[in-house]
Amino acid sequence: MNAQLSPQLQDNLVEIQDLKKWFPVQKSFLDQLLAGRKDFVRAVDGVSFNIRRGEAFGLAGESGSGKTTIGRLAIGLETPTEGKVLFDGIDLGRQNERELRHLRRRMQVIFQDPMASLNPRMTLGDSVVQGLKIHYPEAAEKHRDTLLDIFERVGLSPARYFINKYPHQISGGQRQRVVIARALITRPDLVLADEPIAMADVSVRALLLELMVQLKQEFNLTYLFITHDLATAKYICDRIGILYLGRMAEIGDLKEVYSHPLHPYTQALMAAVPVPDPHKRRTQTMPAGEIPNPINPPSGCRFHPRCPIAQEICSQVEPELRELRPGHQAACHFAEQFL
Amino acid sequence: MNDTTPPLVQIRDLSVTYKTRLGDTSAVDKVSFDIRRGEILGLVGESGCGKSTLGKALLRMIMPPGRISAGQILFNGEDILTFDDKRLRDYRGRQASMIFQDPMTSLNPVQTVEQHLTEAIQVHDAGAESQSMARRIQALIERLGIMQSRLASYPHQLSGGMRQRVMIGLGLVLNAGLIIADEATTSLDVIVEAKLVDQLREIRDEYGVTILAITHNIALVAEMADRVAVMYAGNLVELGEVNRIFDRPLHPYTQGLLASVPTTEINERKELYKMPGEPPNLARPPSGCRFHPRCPVAMPICSRYRPGLNEAAPGHWVHCWLYQDHPEKEEKTLKVAA
Repeated sequence: MNAQLSPQLQDNLVEIQDLKKWFPVQKSFLDQLLAGRKDFVRAVDGVSFNIRRGEAFGLAGESGSGKTTIGRLAIGLETPTEGKVLFDGIDLGRQNERELRHLRRRMQVIFQDPMASLNPRMTLGDSVVQGLKIHYPEAAEKHRDTLLDIFERVGLSPARYFINKYPHQISGGQRQRVVIARALITRPDLVLADEPIAMADVSVRALLLELMVQLKQEFNLTYLFITHDLATAKYICDRIGILYLGRMAEIGDLKEVYSHPLHPYTQALMAAVPVPDPHKRRTQTMPAGEIPNPINPPSGCRFHPRCPIAQEICSQVEPELRELRPGHQAACHFAEQFL
Repeated sequence: MNDTTPPLVQIRDLSVTYKTRLGDTSAVDKVSFDIRRGEILGLVGESGCGKSTLGKALLRMIMPPGRISAGQILFNGEDILTFDDKRLRDYRGRQASMIFQDPMTSLNPVQTVEQHLTEAIQVHDAGAESQSMARRIQALIERLGIMQSRLASYPHQLSGGMRQRVMIGLGLVLNAGLIIADEATTSLDVIVEAKLVDQLREIRDEYGVTILAITHNIALVAEMADRVAVMYAGNLVELGEVNRIFDRPLHPYTQGLLASVPTTEINERKELYKMPGEPPNLARPPSGCRFHPRCPVAMPICSRYRPGLNEAAPGHWVHCWLYQDHPEKEEKTLKVAA
C-alpha cells in the first residue's frame, strides 16, 4: 500500500460527492425530433455519502432506487454523469484505464447469483485464482498457496478437493463461498456486495452472514452492502442509507435509523417488512401507488405523491438531508414531528 | 372453522417422482394433509423441498420426466387423478387456479389485460355473453384496484405489482374455489408485497376462496396464513395453526427455521441460529427421517426409520420421532452433536 495513503490520513475509504448517473432512453431519431428533447433515466440523481474505513455501509431501497448503480459507480464500473467518487482520496474519474485497473485489486465485487458469476467450464480453483493472475502476475509461484488458504478461510475445506470441482458439482451455499473467496483473494480494501445472499435459503443464509462478518474482521475489509432486505442488513451493517428514486431519503447508524426512522418512506419500508410473529401482524396501511418512473420523477420531494404527511411545499421544494439526531440525517421537510 | 364441513382438498399419501440421471428423485414423498374450505394455508420450505411440485400436483401439472407416482388428491371428495381431459380442463380454472411467481412469463406479451380476462372466461364458459362478461371484468378490476384505463395495456406497460394483480384477477374471474399462489409476491418490492398480501386476505374474506400460499418466506406466512404446513426434503414435517407453529414449533427443523429468520427488531440482540449443513440431494435422500443429518437432537432411531405424521396436540401434526413411540426408540447408542 502506498505510504502517503496510510489509513491514519484518510478516515473515509470512499467519498461520494453529489453523484449523478443518467442513462439516455433509447428512442428512434424521429421520436427524438418530435419530442424535441432527450429523455434520461435518472438512476442516481444527486447522492452524497461517505464510507468509513472498516465499516459495513448498507444501501437499501426498492428496485429502481439506484442502489446497484451507486455500487457500480463506487468502484468505477460506471462513469458518473456528474459528481465524483473518491476512493482512498483518489478521484476515480481522473484515473486512466491502467491506473484504474491497478486500483481495482483493492476493490472487489460479490454479485447476487453465484451460478451466473462463475464460469461453468472453469474449475473453482481456476476461477478464483484468476484475480491473482491478473493483478499479481509477478508472484506466480505463491498463487497456489494463497488459493488453498483462501478456500480454507471461506469454509471450503479440504481446499485441495474443492479447487478441482466445477460450479455445478457443489451446492448453492458453497458456490456463494467460492464467489466470496474470489473477491477476497486479491486482499481488497473495499468489497461491494450486491445482494450477496438474496438467493440463499434461510437455513444457509445465517452461516453466510456470519462468514461475511468474520471475514470482514480477519481481512480488515470495508463493505458496501447493497440490499433490498432490511432484515438481513441488520446483521451486517454499521450504517445504512435508504434510497428512494435515485436520492438518499435517510442515512445514519443502522440502530439509530431502525429504531427511529424519520423519513415517512423509511417508516413505510420498515412497516412493510413481514414479521415472523403472527401476534404482531401489520395493521398500518401501505403508501398508495408504486415507485414512480425515474424518467420524470415527481417535483420537489420525490416521495410526496405517496407520502401520508405531504403538504404543499413538498411538491415544490426538494428537501435536503438534515441532521436531526446525532449521526442521523433525513431528507424530509416535516421529519421533526417524528423526533 | 367448523370442523364438520368436509375439507376442500384432501391429499393422501401423495408422492411425486422425477426420473433423473441419478435415478428416481422423490420430490414429494408420501405427503398427506387437508386444505380447509376458506382458509389461507401457508406452505413453507426452502428451495427443493417439494412445495412447488406439490402445488403443481394439485392442478395435475406435473410434466414428464416427473409423475405422480402414488396417492390421491380429493377435491370436493372427487379424486382429481381420475379426471379425464375434459373434466381436468374444467377443474383447472373453474375450481382451482394458480398464480405464479413471475407474472411476466405467465402473461401473454401480445395480449392486453382485457383480452387476457375475456379469454379466460371464453375458454371455460363458451356461452358467456359479451355484456355479462364486460360486467364481470369491470367488477373484478375495480375490486383489485386496477384502473379502467389499464384494461387496454399490455403486460410490459404494467408495473410488477399491477401484473401480479392481473394474475390474481385471472384466478378469480372464473370464481375458482382454490387459488394456489406459488411465490406470488416474491419478485415484488416489500411495500408492493405488503399491499398484495392485504389484498389476498381481503379477497379471501369477501369471496370465501381458499388460498394455498406457497412461499420460502416464513415471515410472510406469519403475516397472512391461518394454518402453516412446513416441508423439508419432500416430506411434510409439521402442520398446525399459525399461532401454535410460531409459538411452540415442535419439529427441530421448524424450530431452526424460525430461529434463523432475520428481523428488523433492534433490541433483539439474539443471534441467528445457524443450521448446520444444507438440504439433501433427493436422488439419494438420507435414510429414516430426512432431516436427521442436520438435526441437533437426532436419536439413533432417526436414521433408521421414517417417522409418521403424528397429531401431537389437537390440530398440530408433526413428523418426528421425538413425539411418537417405537419399540426401538429407547435404544441408546450415540448422540449426534449439535
